[in-house]
Amino acid sequence: MRRFSWFNATSLTFGFVFLYLPMLILIIYSFNESRLVTVWAGFSTQWYGELFQNKAFLDAAWITIKVAFWSSTLATILGTMAAYIMVRAGRFRGRALFSGMIYAPLVMPEVITGLSLLLFFIALDVNRGILTIVLAHTTFAMCYVSVVVTSRLVSFDEALEEAARDLGCTPFDAFRSVTLPIIMPAVVSGWLLAFTLSLDDLVIATFTSGPASTTLPIKIFSAVRLGVTPEINALSTIMILIVTVGVIIASLISRGVSIRAKADERKAEQS
Amino acid sequence: MAQLKPNVFFAPWNDPAEKPLIQFKNVTKRFGESIAINNLTLDIYAQEFFALLGPSGCGKTTLMRMLGGFETPTEGQIFLDGVDIGPFPPNERPVNMMFQSYALFPHLTVWENIAFGLKRSDMPKDQIGDRVGKMLKLTQLEKFAKRKPHQISGGQRQRVALARSLAKAPKLLLLDEPLGALDKKLRNETQFELMDIQESTGTTFVIVTHDQEEAMTVASRVAVMVDGQLVQVATPDQIYEAPTTTYVADFIGDVNLIEGKSSLTDGGMDVHWDDNQPAIHVTTDTPLAARTSCHFAIRPEKVSISSEKPNAVNVMKGKIIDIAYLGNISTYYVEISAGVIFKAQATNNRRLSRRTYTWEDEIYLSWTDTAGVVLTE
Repeated sequence: MRRFSWFNATSLTFGFVFLYLPMLILIIYSFNESRLVTVWAGFSTQWYGELFQNKAFLDAAWITIKVAFWSSTLATILGTMAAYIMVRAGRFRGRALFSGMIYAPLVMPEVITGLSLLLFFIALDVNRGILTIVLAHTTFAMCYVSVVVTSRLVSFDEALEEAARDLGCTPFDAFRSVTLPIIMPAVVSGWLLAFTLSLDDLVIATFTSGPASTTLPIKIFSAVRLGVTPEINALSTIMILIVTVGVIIASLISRGVSIRAKADERKAEQS
Repeated sequence: MAQLKPNVFFAPWNDPAEKPLIQFKNVTKRFGESIAINNLTLDIYAQEFFALLGPSGCGKTTLMRMLGGFETPTEGQIFLDGVDIGPFPPNERPVNMMFQSYALFPHLTVWENIAFGLKRSDMPKDQIGDRVGKMLKLTQLEKFAKRKPHQISGGQRQRVALARSLAKAPKLLLLDEPLGALDKKLRNETQFELMDIQESTGTTFVIVTHDQEEAMTVASRVAVMVDGQLVQVATPDQIYEAPTTTYVADFIGDVNLIEGKSSLTDGGMDVHWDDNQPAIHVTTDTPLAARTSCHFAIRPEKVSISSEKPNAVNVMKGKIIDIAYLGNISTYYVEISAGVIFKAQATNNRRLSRRTYTWEDEIYLSWTDTAGVVLTE
């Protein structure tokens, strides 16, 4: 065991307080009985009850979940394909450019991504709605999926695919019956990551949503401009819970399962 | 080296009427600038156990991968049963491969691994179980059918890989360093298992290895490769006893090489290597022209040691510089002329404490006129 150090303990405490105190306060006040957000008047879950009566919020939540589901699914398909090509295709002309372009949206300011998508949709004369948000979220979430899947594929023994080909698989069959099952944990955690990213995106959704497709983050943001209500606190608490669970599951799957899969593969390679 | 199948009975390469199973015709393979295979022509016959032997980077793996369909020749053609297999992808070739890493599918059980290829063949579903059972029996894996690859030992995994590649009864089985990952004892046992399986299934095996002992043990013929070219293709005993180049002589086993000039004699030739030393007498049907630069090559175990001057065709006096004790045999490093060291091997048929010769002893080396070969390359 390392010796206890005041310096380390202090920095750890400050770090966590800095990160989580605001959220903690929000969660505490979501159980406040008073309508005034900043005055504590005793414990109550009434705002959760009222929240589930509020049709506008529930509609927004449903839209958000639909958008998150479809965009993360599309992003997973595209991101996995991009990762597979980047790892397997070897060197080809423009490889560096292509891989740079896959990862660029990771560092691109969201406002720019959102604005350019908005202009693009207007130019194509597409009515903004759920479809446009799904497409927009797919574009930036697929980068994250591709990063997660790439890191798994890099350590994947290519001889496994060759063995599948040797035993009678077409390239697609080899991918479907050997590669995909083995990299599945990474694909699933990529999907969960994309899902949570889509769930809490405000900026890009603001640019690409239409009048009938208000997502939850947009709804919250516009509601807060009229004053914070305990209902919003309750809603935010639920969202924190969902995102936290999603991220934890994603990291558990990608760490735990893929470490075990890799260890199995290593063991299977050794003798 | 134990030779289970005397080559006298199986030598299709000597029969001009025999059609080869595999033909490489002027095959060249380039990777960008570098040449992996250089204008190679080779015939391999049905039911052979053919070994490709060479240092790493000599192109032996590339040659094998071209048979498997994972690489295509840049120039030339490869025929299997008279058909140019160049355009066929791996899944359309009657060829299976056992990978160096075994490449077992970690998400499938031993049974499913072996059945993998069968499910993708035109074999009726109800026969697959029988075939897998047969393969499990052949490789003594019946008890492990339900296990995953990471739940069995290295030797068992090796057998799963073999069973999986044999399941589809390929015309040709490729083995890429199949025993490289096993320890020495297991490797020796497995070599004989491989030979038994090869014989009982009648499949043609092509094995890639850098382990010359392995190649000598299992193979019907050995091809020695250097820099993308074949240096010699012959039976293990020919490769060992009658190498055609100094490279092969030096690469396979241990050898004494002495450079000299030839002269013709009655029934053979002499190799003059030192003005102050007697010439080496060699009996041969194909003597070199006089004054040809050449190498005399002789294996250390064909050189005998004695303390008294023996009555032999070739006798050389020398002093023991070093002794390498290997348990069953000892190699004596004998200086026969300033700076020229000759190796002689003797079986240790007596206990070490009763050894006849020791360091600094003056001894005589001798060998017969047919013990060595003369090489020009």
